[in-house]
Amino acid sequence: MDNTFEPVIIGFLCNWCSYRAADLAGTARLHYAPNMRPIRVMCSGRVEPDMVLKALRFGADGVLIAGCHPGECHYIEGNLKTLRRYTLLKRMLSQFGIEEERVQLVWASASEGNLLAEAVSRMTESLRALGPLRWNDMLISGNGHGAKDVVKKIVAEMATQEAGT
Amino acid sequence: MTENGKPKFAMYWAASCGGCEISTLNIGDKILDVDANFDIVFWPVAADFKYDDVRAYPDGYIDLCLFNGAIRNSENEEIARLLRRKSKILVAFGSCASLGGIPALANFTTSASIFNTVFLDNVSTDNPGGTLPEPISQVPEGEIHIPEFFNSVKSLEQVVEIDYTIPGCPPEAHQISAVVDAVIAVFQNIATLPPKGSILGASKVAVCEECKLEKKEKLIQRFYRPYEISPQPGICLLEQGLVCMGPATRGGCGALCPKVGMGCRGCYGPLNGVEDQGARFLSAMASVTDVGTAKDGEHTAEQNIKAVMDSVADPAGTFYRFSLSHSLLNRARQTNGAGKGKMNEPHQH
Repeated sequence: MDNTFEPVIIGFLCNWCSYRAADLAGTARLHYAPNMRPIRVMCSGRVEPDMVLKALRFGADGVLIAGCHPGECHYIEGNLKTLRRYTLLKRMLSQFGIEEERVQLVWASASEGNLLAEAVSRMTESLRALGPLRWNDMLISGNGHGAKDVVKKIVAEMATQEAGT
Repeated sequence: MTENGKPKFAMYWAASCGGCEISTLNIGDKILDVDANFDIVFWPVAADFKYDDVRAYPDGYIDLCLFNGAIRNSENEEIARLLRRKSKILVAFGSCASLGGIPALANFTTSASIFNTVFLDNVSTDNPGGTLPEPISQVPEGEIHIPEFFNSVKSLEQVVEIDYTIPGCPPEAHQISAVVDAVIAVFQNIATLPPKGSILGASKVAVCEECKLEKKEKLIQRFYRPYEISPQPGICLLEQGLVCMGPATRGGCGALCPKVGMGCRGCYGPLNGVEDQGARFLSAMASVTDVGTAKDGEHTAEQNIKAVMDSVADPAGTFYRFSLSHSLLNRARQTNGAGKGKMNEPHQH
């Protein structure tokens, strides 16, 4: 395994708790893995399973969903809806051969910057150990059908590069 | 090849069960209209034309080609490309051609694993030499070529450009009749073709809209498999804990399955604007459960929710029963092909 592999984690952080926890982690100058790309959502319950699948399909090595602790949701029970979806999603993903470390749900309140930072670092290390997911590449090499899209994308990228030079 | 000026009609089956042809013949008297208005130039199940006949037609010779079945092997793909070239209107007909359908469930495993189950590791198989199908093999008489078995099943659209889709497993006969009427009207110049890419012979709203069963927005404590309970008549199946994909499935069938107490299988595919039918249905499933409340505390809530979600049998295979080729993930991860062709078991803790 290449030790320099840096996993890409898409983080869906709820506006009321976890995004503020991330904010706190930043203002408190905590050191933690820089591998998570945070996306702010109003509630972790906003995170549809499609969003997680799309992230995994198009290049993420893992997805972190973070929300308020049960009982502390700004929308009363949004995070419990998240938990129901997530529990079923995790079962389904295991049938696709996706390790459970790759999709994680953590509860982090606005004061728990350290907890969120730790979760991100821990997840980064476990994904580093698992190695890259590369879902799209897998579809192409296994005569799946991402091939056409990817070729189109590469051709388009080459065209823009040529136009730029 | 007869030249009688009638529009040319073709129908082909790739990786399919033949149900689409049966449904087409189920249009009854209307089949005479098809015969009166079209000249059948290729239809393996009904007429004796060969691939070479199709190859000999000029490009664009076939006016309407209904293509059913998924793309499972190189023969399917070759004929899909051939028919695309020869057809003015190419229709992905039925769930397999439009979404991958039942054959696409094989995307949960690998071709190596399938071969292992079918040709090697099986109680009813006698194959001492361990012979497996090879695209090219040498025999005393010469070289034999057979189609290559793909690792992933694809829909028609993932191989060639299509003009229209008629969904369903199989498409309902009355919907096929309506489409046949519409196409005849086009060829008689009394109507115009719908925009390219349209989904024909189906509704724009979910199966639930057509379903007469009463919905009370009741939440459930656990899920059941069909053999575990007898559904109460007249009440929404999902609210009784039976898996019914109605909320995430395009209507047009008249809610045939829920009508007789069987949850919707999802064969008409996702609704407009939905990329991934399985994920949408997963969402719906999670929304009808009400276990695990804020009062329970974190740990108990997690335990209770896990228990109810564990009562869903084979979530991936159920939610993507017909649409795996057109899902975001598309197939399961490749493993080393060991085992008996069964998919990865859900983790048990």
